[in-house]
This record gives sequence, C-alpha cells and structure tokens, in this order.
Amino acid sequence: MPPLLVDRVTKMLSQLLISGFLMGLIFSLVAVGLTLIWGVVEIVNFAHGAFLMLGMYATYWLYRLLSIDPLFALPICTILLFFVGIVTYRLMIRRVLTAPMVAQIFSTFGLMVFLENMAHFLWSSDYRLIKEPIVHGRLEVFGLFISKPQLVAAAGAMVATGLVYWFVTRTQTGRALQATAEDKEAAALMGINSDRMFALAWGIGGACAGAAGVLLANFYFIFPKVGDIFNLTAFVVVALGGFGSIPGAFIAGIIIGLVQVLGGHLVAPAFKSVIVFIIYLVVVIARPQGLFGKF
Amino acid sequence: MKRFTYLAVALTLLLCLVGTSCKPATPEPAAEVVIGAIYPLSGSLAPTGELLRNGVELAVEIINGEYPDLNLPLAAEAGLPNLGGAKIRVIFGDHEASPEKGLSEAERLITEENVVALLGCYNSSVTATASEAAERLGIPFLNPESTSPKLHTRGFKWFFRTTPHDRTFAENFFDFLKDLKEQKGIDVHTLSIVYEDTLWGADVGEAEKELAAERGYEVVADIPYEHETAEVTSEVLKLKEASADAVMMASYISDAILYQKTFKDLDFNPPGILAMDSGHIDPSFLGTVGADGNYIMSREVWALDLSVKKPVVKTVNDMFVERYGKNMDGSCARSFTGMLVLADAINRAGSTDPEAIRKALLETDIPGDMLIMPWEGIKFDPETGQNTLGRGIIVQVQDEKYYTVWPFDLASKDIIWPMPTWSER
Repeated sequence: MPPLLVDRVTKMLSQLLISGFLMGLIFSLVAVGLTLIWGVVEIVNFAHGAFLMLGMYATYWLYRLLSIDPLFALPICTILLFFVGIVTYRLMIRRVLTAPMVAQIFSTFGLMVFLENMAHFLWSSDYRLIKEPIVHGRLEVFGLFISKPQLVAAAGAMVATGLVYWFVTRTQTGRALQATAEDKEAAALMGINSDRMFALAWGIGGACAGAAGVLLANFYFIFPKVGDIFNLTAFVVVALGGFGSIPGAFIAGIIIGLVQVLGGHLVAPAFKSVIVFIIYLVVVIARPQGLFGKF
Repeated sequence: MKRFTYLAVALTLLLCLVGTSCKPATPEPAAEVVIGAIYPLSGSLAPTGELLRNGVELAVEIINGEYPDLNLPLAAEAGLPNLGGAKIRVIFGDHEASPEKGLSEAERLITEENVVALLGCYNSSVTATASEAAERLGIPFLNPESTSPKLHTRGFKWFFRTTPHDRTFAENFFDFLKDLKEQKGIDVHTLSIVYEDTLWGADVGEAEKELAAERGYEVVADIPYEHETAEVTSEVLKLKEASADAVMMASYISDAILYQKTFKDLDFNPPGILAMDSGHIDPSFLGTVGADGNYIMSREVWALDLSVKKPVVKTVNDMFVERYGKNMDGSCARSFTGMLVLADAINRAGSTDPEAIRKALLETDIPGDMLIMPWEGIKFDPETGQNTLGRGIIVQVQDEKYYTVWPFDLASKDIIWPMPTWSER
C-alpha cells in the first residue's frame, strides 16, 4: 500500500477505536448499576433506562432553572437517584421479593412505563439539549477528533465504576453486600441485615444510572424515552460480562462499544446491531454465565 | 315476538335496498352546493385535522364572499356565478385516522347528505379507502394533501390529486441539482445517501438511488441505519471517507439531532446536505441543535416566506391568523387550495351533476400565480387525475430560520453552497 493510504487507514482505525472506546465506557457505567442490582437482589430492573432518563432530566432542569452546570450537578443527581433507587426498593421491590419471577419482571417493567409516561406528561415529548455546558466542543489530536464532553463522560464513567468496585470489594459494608449476594441466609446468620443490603444495592444501582445520566446529558439529547436507547445495550453488556459482575460489565461495555463502531464501519452500519446481538447469542449459548460470571 | 323480528329484518333489508339504489340527488342549480370533507378531527391527529378544516373553511369564506383584491379563483364574486351565485356549504366527516371510518364517512356523506363531491383525507391510507367509496358511487373525489405515490396509479376515474406526491418530491432534489449546475455553476456529481431503515426511510432511499442512476449521478455511499440508535460514529466516518459532493438524508427527529451533533464532533464537512423533511424540519430540530443546524437544506411543501415573491400568501395567511390565531402550514395551505380547485370546477361545470363536475375537473387549468402554493399551476393528468404541475420547495436554515432557496424564482434568500466548514463557523 502507498504510504498515504496506510496513513489514512491507520487514522481511520484510530478514530474508530477512540470513538468506540469512549462510547463503550458510557455503556459500562449504565450497565454497572444494572448488574449490581441483579447480583445482589436477583431482580432484573427494567426501569434502569428510566432511571437514566430521570438523571438526564434532573441535570437539564438544574441547568435551565438554577443554571447549575452538569459538572456540578453530578453529585446532586447521583445522590438524588440514589434515593430514587432506595424508595423504589422500599415501596415496591420489597413486596415482590418472594413473588414469582413474572411478578418481579412486571413490576419493574411497569415502573419503566410509569416513569416514561410521567416524564411525557410533566415535561412533554420535546427534545431537549443542554446548549452551552462548561465542557463543550472537541479536541483535535494528530488529525483525530475527540468530543470533549464525551471524553469527560468516559473519564467520569471510569472513576464511577472504580468507586463502586472499590466500595463493594474493599469496605466493610461492601463485603456485607457481597455476602448477601452470595448467600442471603448465611449472611443473615452472621448478623447482616439483608433488607438493608438490598436497599443499598438499589440505591447504588440508581446512583450509577444518575451519574451516567448527568454525564450523558452533557452531550446527548433528552426526551422521555431516551432510556430505551441505552436499556437494550445495557442488558447485552450485563449478559456478556456476566450477571452480577462489576468488572465484567466494565469490560463488556467497552467491547460492545468497540464492536458497534468498528463492526458498523468495517461491515456496514446497518449491521452494527446484528453483530452485537450475534455476540450476545454466542455468549448465551456457549458461555451462559458470561465472561466474568460466577454462576 | 317472532313476527316482529321478521318484520324488523324485512324492513331493514328494504331500507338497505333503498339506500343503495338511490342515486345521489342531482337537483337543479340550487342556492347551495353541498360538499363533503373528511379529515382526522379527533384522535391523535386532531390538531392537524383542525388546521385542515380551518383551511377549507377559509376557502369557503373567500368563495362565498366578495374579495375583488384577492387573485384567487372565485374570490371576486359572491358564490358560484355560473350557478346563479349559489353558495358552497361543507359538511365535515371525522375519520380519526382510521381507513374504515374514512370509508364509512364517505359512504354516509354521499348517500345520506347527498354531497356533490368529496374532499380529503390527509392520511394516505384513509384517502385510499374513502376514494374507493367515491369511485364506486360515481362522485368526484379531490385529494389535496396525501402524498403516497400509489394513490393516483389505481386507474380510478373519479380521483383527482392536487398535491405533488413523494416521488415528485424526490425528483425535486435532482431538478434542484440540475438548476444548481445550470444557473449557479455548482457541479454536484457524487452523492451519499443516508436513510433510516423503517418503511418511510427505506422507500425514500430506494427512490433516491433509482433517480440518481437515471440521471447520471454516482452514489458513493449508500448508508441505511437503524432508527433510534445510540450513536452514529461508524455511519459518519463512512460518509467522511466517501466525501461526496452532497449528502441526502431521510431521518426522524432523534436521528437528525444525533447526526448533526456527530457531524460536528467528527468534523464532517460536506458541501451540502439535502434532507427529506421529517426530522430536519421538526420544530424540535433547530430548538435542540440551534446554530449547529445552519445551512441544512430540506424539502418542504410550503413556507410562509413564499409571500416575498407571492404577496397573496401573506394576505391569505393574515386572514387565517385573524380567524384562527395561528399561521398556516403546508397542510392547511393545501386543503385551502383543494377547496378552491373543487369550487372552480363546479362553477365551470355550471351544474352539480357529478359527470359534469368530473369533466370540468379534467379541464382545470389554474396558473401558478393564482395559487398560494409554490406550484407552476394545476392541470390534471387525464389518465391518473394527478396534478402535473406540482412541485416542492427547498428551504435552507440560515441564522436558525428556514428560508425558501429553491425554486430560484420563488427564493427569499440566496442559497449558501458549499456550507462553511465547522472550523469556519
């Protein structure tokens, strides 16, 4: 190949790798919350995308009404969604813990429908965008383009995932959480209040969605059903990484991001989801526990 | 009791027979000409239905009243002069966007209300069924605003359509490119075609590819994409690689926003972007992307700034605003025009006999300057009943507003081509 072409191809490949990696990290953060709830409480939270949407709207209204930039809204929205998670657990999930799985699925699915329609009712179906956040524009490095808000979001996703992982593996409470996930009865015998641990898991799950919402709101458009766009990908990421595994979700998110962008470009954009779901099917058939799953 | 049932059934059957055998009444020239109009007046399309209805009502007001200053058909005299000044009365039917309702409303209006012609129905699917009733019962059906290309190719005798259809709109892009070369010296040779993968986008993509081949343009990138996807990086990088002279897009609103943001993030600078309305003219589009949406071009059926070259547009719109408190849009401008065309034909027919009206419709010849539409005029194809002089317009976003830039003789602003690159903005 002539050197000019080689140069162009490497440039294109690097651009694809960077874009895919950045998008993948966002997928990771969304998926971490989902996988944590599954791992501890063993309930699939279909409303996770709706939590993400709430986080985005909270960021938007803080910006519009109180002129708080998304960067500073990050702690506020994370804490807010932490409580949304806990309230959801206390009011709803606790009642279906021992119910058949169908009831559990329907309750979180119903919650999703409720939250989306509530957003529709309260804030209309208009598309919204945070127009001038502090971090905006793009970087140009060696002819490659990197969107600054996306870079911040990716870094934020990495830090947030790291924090959750640190909390779960290195702190007393985190270990109690793990113990509950492993064996609820045995943990209870050791004096761990499983009800509290479940609530905590929902809280952290919500907080992850909240943080992802803020980071996304920095550059993504907001509308009541925006969660749906990320929900499906998040489920694939969780299944690929292994239900309940935080490092699994992290790595799988990046894999899916890269596969979507690279596959979309090298094969055909129309097939990018096809490739993602083929990987999903192969994993489900060949290694049902996922890349890092324990069971 | 049984006897009563028999009696009831027999009576019902008898009534049905009477209902179907009764030819719609065609009375002597009367003081009133009754026309049926079927629109989505309730349900999710109710706001649009209301506008369509207002368009028809304003047209009726202009026909029935005396507006000597307005250069529109039948505006100057009161009523229909050839029918002794008879006034038009419109009976509205509500189809709620349902093809079945549209059909039954058409039958009701023809057989019970004895309307002499029908107008409607906005939704292509409803127009299809309602016009079948008109065809069967031998009543002229004028469709002012449905754009499915299939409607006029059914071999119907009583069907007429004033609006251009989707195929024409796709052709307009290529007419525009030709004009661009001939009149502005801008040569576009290669095209990238991007479209969402549900029915609408796929249809548009197909039509554009076909036309590009017919007219000798080279499609260097053909990119169908998944509707409501999370990111479009690979799509945009493909576009960047292809670096065509122009990009044609068919996107719904969320995708349109996502593409526009990704174009900027990845520094994609095509000389021109031609969008197939929908997402790119949705009020949310500029509301969301703001100045980043500048220089995008989209096809449109109508725009208020046509008034710069056609003062009658402003006069009619002012009357509309005064009565209904809103500006006109492409839908009600077309229902307004449809009503005028129908009344013009009835007047020339000089009678309310359906066959006479049909003949008069076939002889319709209204010049473009007597319309509030950007069309070259109205003349129906005798085989299909399709208006052969219709065309769309192309608007361009400049300073976060849409301006008509093509046809060049109707433009309110000069076209900006190529668009400035992102670093120049």
